[in-house]
Amino acid sequence: MERWQKWAAQQGSAPPDDLPLALATEGAHGPVIHANNRAARLAGMRVGERVVDMRALCPDLQVEQADLDGDWRALERLMLWTRRWCPWTVTDGADGLILDTTGSAHLFGGEAALLREMEERLAGLGLGSQIAIAPTWGAAWALARFGPVRAICPGGQEAEMLAPLPARALRLEEKTGLLLHRLGLKTIGDLAAIPRLSLTRRFARAELDGNPLMRLDQAMGRASEPVSSPDAPPVFRTLARLAEPIQDPTPHLPELCEALCAQLAGEGMGCRKLRLTVYHTDGEISTIMAAMSRPSREARHLERLFEGKLERINPGFGFDLITLEAGGVEELVIAQHRLEGGPKDDLDLVRLVDRLVARFGASAVTRPTPRASHVPERAQNWQSAMAAPTTPVSPPARERPLRLFEHPEEIRVLYAVPEGPPAQFIWRRQTLHVTRYAGPERIAPEWWNDRPGTRLRDYFKVEDQTGRRFWLYREGLHGDGRGGAPRWFLHGAFA
Amino acid sequence: MADLCRRNGLSDLFPETACDAGAVGFLLAALPRGQGPVLWVQDRVSAREAGVPYLTEMQSGVPLLRVQVGRAADVLQAMEDGLGCGALAAVVGEIWGDPPALSFTATKRLALRADSNALPCWLVRRAGAPNLSAARNRWRVTSAPSAAHPDDAKAPGAPRWHVGLFRSRQAKPGDWMVSYDRAAHCLDFSATSGDGALAEMGRAAGERAAG
Repeated sequence: MERWQKWAAQQGSAPPDDLPLALATEGAHGPVIHANNRAARLAGMRVGERVVDMRALCPDLQVEQADLDGDWRALERLMLWTRRWCPWTVTDGADGLILDTTGSAHLFGGEAALLREMEERLAGLGLGSQIAIAPTWGAAWALARFGPVRAICPGGQEAEMLAPLPARALRLEEKTGLLLHRLGLKTIGDLAAIPRLSLTRRFARAELDGNPLMRLDQAMGRASEPVSSPDAPPVFRTLARLAEPIQDPTPHLPELCEALCAQLAGEGMGCRKLRLTVYHTDGEISTIMAAMSRPSREARHLERLFEGKLERINPGFGFDLITLEAGGVEELVIAQHRLEGGPKDDLDLVRLVDRLVARFGASAVTRPTPRASHVPERAQNWQSAMAAPTTPVSPPARERPLRLFEHPEEIRVLYAVPEGPPAQFIWRRQTLHVTRYAGPERIAPEWWNDRPGTRLRDYFKVEDQTGRRFWLYREGLHGDGRGGAPRWFLHGAFA
Repeated sequence: MADLCRRNGLSDLFPETACDAGAVGFLLAALPRGQGPVLWVQDRVSAREAGVPYLTEMQSGVPLLRVQVGRAADVLQAMEDGLGCGALAAVVGEIWGDPPALSFTATKRLALRADSNALPCWLVRRAGAPNLSAARNRWRVTSAPSAAHPDDAKAPGAPRWHVGLFRSRQAKPGDWMVSYDRAAHCLDFSATSGDGALAEMGRAAGERAAG
C-alpha cells in the first residue's frame, strides 16, 4: 500500500488521504481486497473481502490493481538494505523480514535504541513498520504482529510474553486457528497449559503450518529455526579516480570497460545494462545508461554503445570520478559454434540492434510481428527489436498492400457508382480516375475488441489512370443504422 | 539488367510521384532473399506520407528490421551502422526531399562502406531532386498500368513498372518496362520504346552523362 502511494505521489496523481482506497488482487470469485489505506479501514473495509461487497458498504471506494511481483521484488531489495544493522537477514512470507541481530545490537546502543533507529530509517523510506526483538523467529513474528509497540523479549521469558497473545500468533494456517478457537484455546497461554501428550495425539499427522505443538516449540526455542541468509548478488563496478578534473571521459572508457569485462569473465557472467556515472567537481552527478538485448561481456562492444552519448554530458568545471556499473547480470556461457572458432552469425545482428537502440532509443528500432486479426491495422504489430524474434506465420489468404498508411485518409468522392468503388475521387488534392478495380472484400469489425457501433469495411483494390494501385474502403453501408452515409478512406498502396 | 539491380553497392531510387508504392515493389523484388534480415530506415516524413511497410515478410519473403528516426542525418547514421554488420542481407534508407545532410560526401561514405562490406544498399529519395551523388546506379521508377488479370478483365493484375536507369557506371542507361515473377524471384526487363533511334539517342546522352 505504501509503495503504491509513493509511486502515485511520484506520478503526481496521489489521492488525498481521506479518500478510501484499496488495492485488489484476483480471487476465486472476483477481485478481493489486498491492502487498504486508513480512510478505507475506518470505513469498515477488511482485507480479504470481495471488492463488490465492500463497494456496497462504501460506494466511493477507489480500487487499484495490486502489484504482487513488484512488492516481492521490493521486499527482497529491502531485505538486502536491512543488512546495515546485521549480517544475516531473510524475507519472511510476503510482508515480513527476519533479522538475526545476535551480537550487533550493542553497536547501535542497545536493543531499544536499535528498534527506534530501525523504525526511523524505515519511516524515512516512507514505510510503516511493526518491530519486535525476541530470542526466536516465532516469538518475534508473534510479538511484532500482535504484541506491544517495539516489544523486546529478553531470553527465557518467551512463555510469559507470548501467553496473552491470540493463538493465531503462532503462524498457524486459518483452518487450525479456527479449530483451536472452537476448542476454546484462545491464547497461547491456554495452549501451553495443555499437556504435550494430548496435543501430540490430536495433531499427530499435521504439517508444520497446521501443527500448534511444533509452532509452540519453535516460538519457545525448544525447536531450532535458523536464519539462512541468502547472499547478496555480486556488484560489478569499476571506477577511475582522476588526479585532475577532466572535461571528456572518452579516453578512460576503454580501460573501464576492460576492467569490468575482466570482473564479469572471472565470475562467468554477462551484463544486459550499463550505467556510466560521472561525478563532477561541483557535486553534480550525471548518468548515462545503455542496454543490450543479450548479455555480453565484450569490452569493445560495450564501449561502442556509448558512442555519441558522451557528448550529452555537460562537463561544467570538469569531473574527477567515473564509475561504470553492470546491471541485469546473468550467467553467460561461452559456446563455440564452429570448429574453427569465431562468433555465431547472428551475434553481429544482436550487436547492431544494441548499437541502434543505444543511439536512437528502444522504440525506434522495431521488428514487425504478425497477429491473428482480420482488421488490417491490427494484423501487424511493431515489436521492439530487443525482444526475441518470433517465427513467421503463413502468408495472408488475400492480397494485401505493401504499404499501409498510419491512419486511413479520407477521400472525397466526385463520381460515385452504385456498385464498386468511386469512379473519380480526390486524395491529397489530386483527382484520381479509377480505371480498374477488384473487390469488394468485406472485413467486419471485431466485436470483442471494437467499440459498439463500429462499422464494417468493404475493401477495393483500385488502379488509377497512371497505374498506381491503392487500397480503398467504404466504411459502413447505407441504412445499417450506425451513422449517416458511408464514408470512403484510402488505407494502403500496392506495388 | 536484372543482375545489375541485384549487385552490391549504393543505388539511388527516385519514385516519380512521392507516394508511389511501385518503387517499394520494385525494390523488394530487387532485394536478395533468404540471406538474413533487411535493415529498413525511414525518416518520419516518409513514414507519414508514404506509409509504413506492411506484412513484408509474408508477402515478399524479406524479414525486416525497421528503424524510424526523425532526421535525415539519423537515417544516414543508422544506414552506416547497418552497413558495418555482416548478418544483414541489405540496407535500405528512405529520405524525404533534399535535406542538407544528404551531401555528396554523405553518399560517398555510404557507397564506400557498401562496397567494402559487399552489401546492397538502396537510398529511396522521395520528392528529391537527382543532385550530385556517389551512387553506383541511379534508378527512376513509376508504376505502370498492370498486366491483364487472368480471370477478371476489370481487375488489376500483376504489377508492372516503368524503370529508368539514368546514371550508371556498370551498364548503359535506358528505360524498361519491368514485371516481376514472385515464385521464381525473377525480374523481367523489356525495352519500352519501339523507336530504336530514339532509344539509341537517349542511351548516348546517358553515356555522356555517366562518363
